[in-house]
Amino acid sequence: MPTEVLMPALSPTMEEGTLAKWLVKEGDTVSSGDILAEIETDKATMEFEAVDEGTIGKILIAEGSEAVKVNTPIAVMLEEGESADTIDASSAPAPAAPPAEQAPAASAPVAAAPAAPAPDNSPDWPEGTEMKQMTVREALNTAMAEEMRADDTVFVMGEEVAEYQGAYKITQGLLEEFSAKRVIDTPITEHGFAGIGVGAAWGGLKPIVEFMTWNFAMQAIDQIINSAGKTNYMSGGQLGCSIVFRGANGAAARVGAQHSQDYAAWYAQVPGLRVVQPYSAADAKGLLKTAIRDPNPVVFLENELLYGRSFDVPVVDDLTIPFGKARIWREGTDVTIVSFGIGMQFALEAADKLAEDGISAEVIDLRTLRPLDYDTVIASVMKTNRCVTVEEGWPVASIGNHISATLMERAFDYLDAPVVNCTGKDVPMPYAANLEKLALTSTAEVIDAVKQVTYR
Amino acid sequence: MAAKKTTKKSNTSGDELNKFYREMLLIRRFEEKAGQLYGMGLIGGFCHLYIGQEAVVVGLEAAAKEGDKRITTYRDHGHMLACGMDPNGVMAELTGRAGGYSRGKGGSMHMFSKEKHFYGGHGIVGANVPLGAGLAFADKYQGNDNVTFTYFGDGAANQGQVYETFNMAALWQLPVIFVIENNHYAMGTAQKRSTSSPDIYTRGEAFGISGEAVDGMDVLAVKAAGEKAVAHCRAGKGPYILEVKTYRYRGHSMSDPAKYRTREEVQKIREEKDAIEHVRDLLLQGKHATEDDLKAIDKEIKAVVNASAEFAKESPEPAVEELWTDIYVDA
Repeated sequence: MPTEVLMPALSPTMEEGTLAKWLVKEGDTVSSGDILAEIETDKATMEFEAVDEGTIGKILIAEGSEAVKVNTPIAVMLEEGESADTIDASSAPAPAAPPAEQAPAASAPVAAAPAAPAPDNSPDWPEGTEMKQMTVREALNTAMAEEMRADDTVFVMGEEVAEYQGAYKITQGLLEEFSAKRVIDTPITEHGFAGIGVGAAWGGLKPIVEFMTWNFAMQAIDQIINSAGKTNYMSGGQLGCSIVFRGANGAAARVGAQHSQDYAAWYAQVPGLRVVQPYSAADAKGLLKTAIRDPNPVVFLENELLYGRSFDVPVVDDLTIPFGKARIWREGTDVTIVSFGIGMQFALEAADKLAEDGISAEVIDLRTLRPLDYDTVIASVMKTNRCVTVEEGWPVASIGNHISATLMERAFDYLDAPVVNCTGKDVPMPYAANLEKLALTSTAEVIDAVKQVTYR
Repeated sequence: MAAKKTTKKSNTSGDELNKFYREMLLIRRFEEKAGQLYGMGLIGGFCHLYIGQEAVVVGLEAAAKEGDKRITTYRDHGHMLACGMDPNGVMAELTGRAGGYSRGKGGSMHMFSKEKHFYGGHGIVGANVPLGAGLAFADKYQGNDNVTFTYFGDGAANQGQVYETFNMAALWQLPVIFVIENNHYAMGTAQKRSTSSPDIYTRGEAFGISGEAVDGMDVLAVKAAGEKAVAHCRAGKGPYILEVKTYRYRGHSMSDPAKYRTREEVQKIREEKDAIEHVRDLLLQGKHATEDDLKAIDKEIKAVVNASAEFAKESPEPAVEELWTDIYVDA
């Protein structure tokens, strides 16, 4: 049967082109790979090769023809033994239509009517549980040790995690208990070892990749987002990546712009990642254990200034905190303060001082930024009608911006004042002590913001 | 190709030559069909064809055993067919249909088969190199003797993370074979314009990694080199580098007019070095097959490829619900 040669699409965007030149004529014998014609696309002149072997029976589109639509028959090829007489160009079938454009997805992400919030504010552990003081550092350390005891496939890798016992001593003692096979010092090579961690996760292990600080993880961000975050989707669900990337995030003290950045909003934007930023020791422990068990990549953002801070931690065998469940630290009626990580320190201090002025603030710790517990925030704002957000990161496209937008969409009628975002200032972190202090948000700023939204 | 013949040819049976012929031809015919479907608008986006390089994956797969892993960059269709993935599933992924390996959500550059230990299909040049070392890390950790074939091109060989990986792979003695498929052009940039040393395989020396150049147009030479590298890795001696000198006949992608090289250069290699023609000659000269036998194979392969194209056209587009699935694995 004669085969039609169709006008090819030669770029992702080409819809029509110019048939600049034929390099074969009727009667020529061609084999696979021979150049048939030159075709001008919107970008370049391309050579168009034969796929099948045969004889050029008839040329249907003359050279020099412009605006030839993709898939238009431009020639007819004959197989061995066929004659040109069998070709009836006028009866050539119409080109196959490309698949119809998909109608927009029926399940649009934005619901027409906001769903009523249904927050889960159940306690994380039973009332009356014995509590013990523990630093955030100890909490993170015991979380890893417990999970490594329970599962042989869990291992830790990173700079100075083994023999040095951790640059911030989070991995102290792990080498001794679990050996160099499972507690692995890496060279200073974030891009490389992040990728090795992702590959190891695909190979059936559960890596904990420590970045000395998240600032250095910018060298590895491609592996975190493109390899760890997207592959389960791109593989149609075949290749999940159970890995924890953890380390110190945000400003420490006087270490300057390159060592002082909060990445919460950056990573929280990425579907496929889970993003955790704990404040208390109990949450650090419970969320890290959950993170290690989770079959997905988790970005676990710690804070150097909090490592040495002590909190009450419940004495239970296996403390885990679920992702996507905020914690209400104090209940209040006049304003909702939403924060996470070290921002909680300012939020809680502000709430104490505001109480002295007769302002009752409800303080919510998001704990995880992806998934984010929208319902707890919305239910609270429906009660208090006012909201202030607090975070250390920069103001543009911040977590606070996102909360504000969500409240506008889902609780607009409940707001008695515009939401105010307390954030780090829109500057690289300065070194000078006085300027650094100014660049960060503060308890005083939170108090001012609350007074602004409560019109006091 | 100016590759040094550093490996002696193994005694190859007629059966094995027949197998190589069949496997390489499948890749070539499949890729030609993919090019055709791209031209018809049935395949979108970027589509990088493997035509010319078939002997590389077919030769190395002949050195692999069950359990070995493979990972590559975006010119990945050949690797998938060579490790036994179903042509229907690969072609349907190219057309973005529900019957594709990633159910239409990955496309040409992002395909995977856990069953066949094929870990992609990666779109970021060089990023798959540490990933491959990580797969090898997992095997070593688990105490088995599997190896990971980590393929990348002469272009990717200039990415920094390749050398970060060389360092750690050597330091930790990971069972990974770094296969540099040197087709001499990083997109449109010739190797001599992008790469300071002509012999990329020597770049492992600084890390204590042995390597060699292989004639990638000779499937028997590739297999022999692969066996040597595999034996090295399985013996626990750490990584190995194979720089396989090959050539791609088509442009970098379907939308590459390939003006950076002459038509004569391409034609000369097709005529003098073609890997499939080479095996065809061996089969005929060794009287392992007749012209009629080979014609029958050609016909059979054509039928497989046509069936994959039909499957890929008829498979439905993914259901709209698929937009929201596979973002996370259920905890």
